[in-house]
Amino acid sequence: MNKYPVWLNCLVFVILIAGCLLALPNIYVSVPAVQIADNNAVAYDEARLEEYVEAVQKAGAVPEAAYLQDGRVVLRFETGTDLTPIGESLKARYGRTANIAQTLAPKLPTWMREAGLGPMSLGLDLRGGVYVLLEVDMNSAIDTRMAIYQDSLIDSLREAEGLHRVELNNQVIRVRLNARADLEETREIIKRVDPDLVIADSTDGESLTVRMSDLQIKAREDFAVDQNITTLRNRVNQLGVAEPLVQRQGVDRIVVQLPGVQDPNEINKILTATATLEFRMVDQSGTEPGSRRYVGRPGQNAQVLKRKIIASGDQIVDASAGFSEGRPIVSISLDSAGGESMLKTTMEYLGKPMSTVFIETRREAVRRGDELEYRDVKTEEIISTATIQGVFKSRFQISGLNPGEAHDLALLLRAGALAAPVFKIDERTIGPSLGQDNIDRGFNAIKIGFLAVIFFMAIYYRAFGLIANIALFSNLIFIVAMLSLLQASLTLPGIAGIVLTVGMAVDANVLIFERIREELSAGASPQAAIHSGYEKAFSSIADANITTLIAAIVLFGLGTGPIKGFAITLMLGIITSMFTSIVGTRAIVNLIFGGRKLTSVPV
Amino acid sequence: MRLIKEKTNIDFLGSTRRKFALALSAVLVIASLVSLATRGLEFGIDFTGGILLEVGYGESADLVKIRGDLTSAGYAGAQVQRFGAEEVVLVRLPPQEGDVDQIRARLQQVLHAGDQSIVLRRVEFVSPQVGSELAESGALALVFALMLIFIYVMIRFQWKFSAGAVTALAHDAIVTVGFFSIFGLPFDLTVVAAVLAVIGYSLNDTVVAFDRIRENFFSLRGMTATESMNISINEMLARTIITGVTTLLVLAALLFLGGESIAPFSIALIVGIVVGTYSSIYTASATALALNVNAQDLIEPIKDASLHDDLP
Repeated sequence: MNKYPVWLNCLVFVILIAGCLLALPNIYVSVPAVQIADNNAVAYDEARLEEYVEAVQKAGAVPEAAYLQDGRVVLRFETGTDLTPIGESLKARYGRTANIAQTLAPKLPTWMREAGLGPMSLGLDLRGGVYVLLEVDMNSAIDTRMAIYQDSLIDSLREAEGLHRVELNNQVIRVRLNARADLEETREIIKRVDPDLVIADSTDGESLTVRMSDLQIKAREDFAVDQNITTLRNRVNQLGVAEPLVQRQGVDRIVVQLPGVQDPNEINKILTATATLEFRMVDQSGTEPGSRRYVGRPGQNAQVLKRKIIASGDQIVDASAGFSEGRPIVSISLDSAGGESMLKTTMEYLGKPMSTVFIETRREAVRRGDELEYRDVKTEEIISTATIQGVFKSRFQISGLNPGEAHDLALLLRAGALAAPVFKIDERTIGPSLGQDNIDRGFNAIKIGFLAVIFFMAIYYRAFGLIANIALFSNLIFIVAMLSLLQASLTLPGIAGIVLTVGMAVDANVLIFERIREELSAGASPQAAIHSGYEKAFSSIADANITTLIAAIVLFGLGTGPIKGFAITLMLGIITSMFTSIVGTRAIVNLIFGGRKLTSVPV
Repeated sequence: MRLIKEKTNIDFLGSTRRKFALALSAVLVIASLVSLATRGLEFGIDFTGGILLEVGYGESADLVKIRGDLTSAGYAGAQVQRFGAEEVVLVRLPPQEGDVDQIRARLQQVLHAGDQSIVLRRVEFVSPQVGSELAESGALALVFALMLIFIYVMIRFQWKFSAGAVTALAHDAIVTVGFFSIFGLPFDLTVVAAVLAVIGYSLNDTVVAFDRIRENFFSLRGMTATESMNISINEMLARTIITGVTTLLVLAALLFLGGESIAPFSIALIVGIVVGTYSSIYTASATALALNVNAQDLIEPIKDASLHDDLP
């Protein structure tokens, strides 16, 4: 009686070994490291690895280990190495094509790394860093798309007879016609621009209203968010942050997590900036339809500029900041469409003035009564106006900015424009000292709580208590193993979840042991008592754990941030503790007591 | 070793005890509800939106001076308090007008006044919009969890037990949240997580008791429902107390060692587990009894078609 078959014992043993193996990487200390990732997410190969190692050695530093990980190059150095000069020299040489980040890497043995094993990742509250939640302004995404439709409609309807005006208002385009107009024909022309547009007659019979279909709006919104994520990734890559996270959340939100960043000031400008450029001809007569007055920066004159944009920020494929004749400049390269347009314009308007407009949108909180309201502030300023001296196409330079602005603008133009403005609605910065404090406190609480529980169990249930303690300890190993395997971030609430699991995990064993005691006092033989103790306690344990699991799953599904972290460890803890406290302890009990003649049970 | 003697025979469900427990629960729930209605909760910026700064000073911080500096800089609504240590100060501000970056720079400047050794340990800006969404999803999680649990217990047991379990859980949740209201403790997102964990834990207790009650309904035939429920509770008493003790041990460790920011979470769990242990003994069983639960409720209806064949 009370014997596990050999295969089951082996299985328990194999699972235990696997758990230990997965948890093992967590005992290694972390050392300074430089991580290099390609900006276009192209995986590096051995040849590139060697190139980087040589570059670092030339700079006078010798990496303790150098290897590829997920297509990124990791150069590990001895503890205490100052990474700043190494990072700077790499940045000077490769900064344009690669994201070079200073970070920490665990000092794992090669075999462990090659087996794909790694330690748990720590959440921002444990390692320090900046968390930003951005909201994408969907209205503006639709507005810009409608403006493009308006332009295409104006172009396509120009030849059509009887056209009066094309107006855009509240995301609806109104095409005004006069008496001579052919409604059907106009409708056809609009359909040719985009067959999915929703066209409706208005009551006066002299105009048509055009709007985007729900499907188009949805597609446009998805595009705006996806495009923004790509752009934000590009921008973040230029900041030199290791393992940045840019992720969609819900319909219109984007989460950005930047581990290790200390000062949100420096990144905020870059993240939410919508700075971009437009090139327009000056309307010298000042009377052309659609022309508008733009203010100039200090030192620049205001100008009336034409409606047509020659080229805009989203057509810029490369930009870099520099100096020319002592003045800061930004060198610009346009894509082919932008280049064509620029070539055509410069040929046509040789000797005429063209302006560069700098556009920026910011959101400000304004108090209205008791409520805070948000208002978008858009600045459009002319930063330079120059006479077209010669024909040029896709490569040219602009001036009129200070050196800091030139640097930021070049970075923003390189990373691509945001398809719609983003606004920060939540920002949390955790300093490194608090992170370390949180780690120390959290692990201290686990340690002391664990010790208290195992003392109590050992005294209260004697030998069986010790067996339960072995199960409890393996449970901790399994939780760490699962967290390492799933690469779920461990947070402070996550640690609280582990602590709570330690207290609750013994419940299953308490149920079993109390049942064994009951059976013994009811006169069962020792072996029978052990057997029915495990047997009869099972349904209670299962019910109790499943109900707690329900609460944990709800927490995980509906919770955000700190709540999710807690729910993950709680869920993992419940599942692993079921295994360790039922199967695990039974295996040990069977090995020690099974199949023997017992006169008493040490419970 | 035993904390309580081997066979207890406490009449938990006797009429005087039950009346006393009912009165106690009623007082606790009503006090909680009244406090929630009148005093409300000390919501953290997770829910209200606003600005929070945790600042580390080189030496013991002068709260009066910090308050004065903030007020003269135009931040009149600032709450300034110590946070765990003499040198650490927590500053809370309601949502502010203007650009976040400018506000942060300005606050940094104000707090730095005269002392360059300060460290900004934590800075949080939460917009009121995010706050109200978080509050909503927290409340939703609570209701959703209770519903799912009701369904699970109904499937595993019967609706009278479900009603008992959910009454006990609602009781625990209200009293725990009420405790935070009565004592004016900070109520943040982690407390919502703790209240849900309390629900999980208390349910754990309740279900274990129900399990034994079901077993005894069948093995102890001829007894009244009250008698066999009482025996079941007595039989599970040792387990209920020991699990409570081990859980409270680790939570005490978390409260005293885990740091200030996790303290509200620990307090919520400690209160919840004490209340939850009490409620799974009294509230859950008493509610099921009040609904006239009996062994018949747990016998599955016989769906054997062969029985009908015997009919003429």
